[in-house]
Amino acid sequence: MCLAVPGRILAVREGAESAIGRIATIDFQGSRVEASLAMTPDAAEGDWVLVHAGFALTVLDEEEALETYASLRIALGDDPAPEEPANDTREP
Amino acid sequence: MDKEGIRGIVDEIAALASGSDRMNLMEVCGTHTVSLFRTGAKSLLPETVRLVSGPGCPVCVTSQAYIDLAGELALRPDTTVCTYGDMVRVPGRRGSLEALRAEGAKVAVVYSARDALAYARRNPERHAVFLAVGFETTTPATAATVLEAENEGLKNFYILGGHKRIIPAMHTLLSAGEVPIDGFLCPGHVSVVIGAGAYEPIASHYRKPCVVAGFELEGMLRAILLLVRQAVRYEARVENTYGAAVTVEGNRAARELTERVFEPSDAVWRAMGRIPESGLDLRPAYRRYDAMDRFGLSFGSEVTPHGCLCGEVIQGKALPTECALFRKKCTPREPVGPCMVSMEGTCAAWYKYGPARAEGGGNR
Amino acid sequence: MSGAGRIVMAHGGGGEATRLLLEERIVSKLGNPILDPLTDGAVLHPPDGPICFTTDSYVVRPLEFPGGDIGRLAVCGTVNDLAVMGARPLALSLGLILEEGLPFDLLDRIVDGVAAAAEEAGVPIVTGDTKVIERRGDDGMLINTAGVGTLREDARLGAARVEPGDALLISGRIAEHGLAVLSVRENLAFDTDIRSDAAPLYGLVDRLLGSGADVRFLRDPTRSGLAGVLADLAEETGFALEVEEEAIPITAAVLHTADLLGLDPLTIANEGKVVAVVAGADAPRALEALRSHPLGRRAAVIGRVTESEPPLVELLTRGGGRRLVQRPYGEDLPRIC
Repeated sequence: MCLAVPGRILAVREGAESAIGRIATIDFQGSRVEASLAMTPDAAEGDWVLVHAGFALTVLDEEEALETYASLRIALGDDPAPEEPANDTREP
Repeated sequence: MDKEGIRGIVDEIAALASGSDRMNLMEVCGTHTVSLFRTGAKSLLPETVRLVSGPGCPVCVTSQAYIDLAGELALRPDTTVCTYGDMVRVPGRRGSLEALRAEGAKVAVVYSARDALAYARRNPERHAVFLAVGFETTTPATAATVLEAENEGLKNFYILGGHKRIIPAMHTLLSAGEVPIDGFLCPGHVSVVIGAGAYEPIASHYRKPCVVAGFELEGMLRAILLLVRQAVRYEARVENTYGAAVTVEGNRAARELTERVFEPSDAVWRAMGRIPESGLDLRPAYRRYDAMDRFGLSFGSEVTPHGCLCGEVIQGKALPTECALFRKKCTPREPVGPCMVSMEGTCAAWYKYGPARAEGGGNR
Repeated sequence: MSGAGRIVMAHGGGGEATRLLLEERIVSKLGNPILDPLTDGAVLHPPDGPICFTTDSYVVRPLEFPGGDIGRLAVCGTVNDLAVMGARPLALSLGLILEEGLPFDLLDRIVDGVAAAAEEAGVPIVTGDTKVIERRGDDGMLINTAGVGTLREDARLGAARVEPGDALLISGRIAEHGLAVLSVRENLAFDTDIRSDAAPLYGLVDRLLGSGADVRFLRDPTRSGLAGVLADLAEETGFALEVEEEAIPITAAVLHTADLLGLDPLTIANEGKVVAVVAGADAPRALEALRSHPLGRRAAVIGRVTESEPPLVELLTRGGGRRLVQRPYGEDLPRIC
């Protein structure tokens, strides 16, 4: 019913106060999306937030977020792709 | 959590449920429907635990008359309909927005209501109408965007209101009493806004266990375990396995945004009919952003495609496989009903990830 | 030659304006002894043996995206179609359909993209055509490329050769091209580190076929992503596939960006990957061959062909569950649900 994904606030555009609150740049492990902090007035740089359709829904507790989201665990340490390629470059 | 850990939870569910008749748990939320399939949760569950889908897919519950209006607007030469991708393929009487686009209708797919506002800003010579659909998670975003339009004095931005509230729909479902439900897997992201406490009346009044879950395999299975445990003990409480994001009271700031701009109203749900207080209308102070008012529109009649069981499916009264059209006349390529259109529609999920057998249970 | 100015209808008229456009902006960058005379056709001298002939049209919007552009795509896509047929690319044609109003500097960048990709692939553009159409509203251009190649004797590829017990490999990380293009779509734009993976794959395929592994089937998972190729494979062979979700190479950025947009990475387009089916016993050798090439460093064995009935594609999920994989049924749109 509602997709929402955890991301981390990289920067908050202060001074961009408007009816819909501050605008922040949020990092999703390598993609950055602008989202409104209208629903999370207390969110600050460095916070993990849950983002849905261009809006931060809530601030996540970092520890709980890392425990809850398997994708974050994969992204932050347990890379499913082989990091080290085979160094064998012999011509067949 | 590793595969062993997951297996441990599944074994516990199986052990608890083994002594009782088949249990029917309703996943209210369409994202759960998809996640249960996508993570393989459906294949892990014992046959004694059956999940039925509920009315929590915004596309599926949007009335066909709403889609018809959206199409009518998109065909106006001076108007662009801005919409989430979800709504583009839903069939109306004249065809889907995708089909109408081929006839010259202007449809812009956006990721956020804010993008629709940006479209209006960039194209001052056109009317931009945003299709405001979705549940409590999505409504505050529309509300904030209307406030932003007000702030800027934008004159060419409107919404076609179609927001829904899930709790009244759950009441309607339960008071009809037609579906045997032993517990509710409650939507994770709606609960971020309304709070886990919102299900207390459901749990106490109808004596149904309610457990809030996120969309990861582990969280969903833990929630199912808690539901089964409550059911076998004849308990009915609200529990929450999504503590990372969901509190008891929810997000007050989000709800205040919604309340500032919208007021509850009766709304027509596809196949479920009119449900009191289940929709939201713009308050008089913001009525000028209402596309219905601005363009003098009114809802036409609701026509259910012959033989389509979407209405029964979203109320948990029928499985997709019990619909004569499923996989035959109704496919994702040519959907007859909305449950086949939405990525999270029950029929689409069944079609795409289809249970290995004709039942929604496991295939262990 | 200045980059200012735009394409006008006169550039398609076949007269002096056309000649100047070709000379200054196109042929000068792509030139080779076969193309330079600008005759009505190219004369090729292929070695003996069967010829493989393919064509593809490119309509991507916008014309430029992170990691590539329509020109690079038009070369790679056609070269890769030849490569997965087991053919050594010999020559390409380039058909440009330009919309009036197309800025010269944009055209120049795209022709540069064609030239660079053709050089990377080691394949000359030997013939071509340029037309101009009325302005339709965006700075548009469409490209068609056709390619010919010589079929390798050691390539015995086809769905009919696939057997239960065969291994399923992919040459690297998935879904990068599709997301890179989405990131610059109108009304959607977001900033991303993800780059299109568009690359000419013949060198990689050459390494694989030359490894001695019994390669049964090759395909590039473009428009409907890995899911599309797997579904085709099950359908064409009549055998089921079992794929390990954990084994599929994917970056964190792709995982999260796809999540954010509500898309399934399995259904997102790639333009620089190859899916291979090889005899089970040869999987290690095939993997080693792929990983020895720069474009295959993250290759992985992702599953196997089985005799299960019905012949469907089953994904073994991270948590130990199972689900079906089907081809997507249309263009995937970003969604909120």
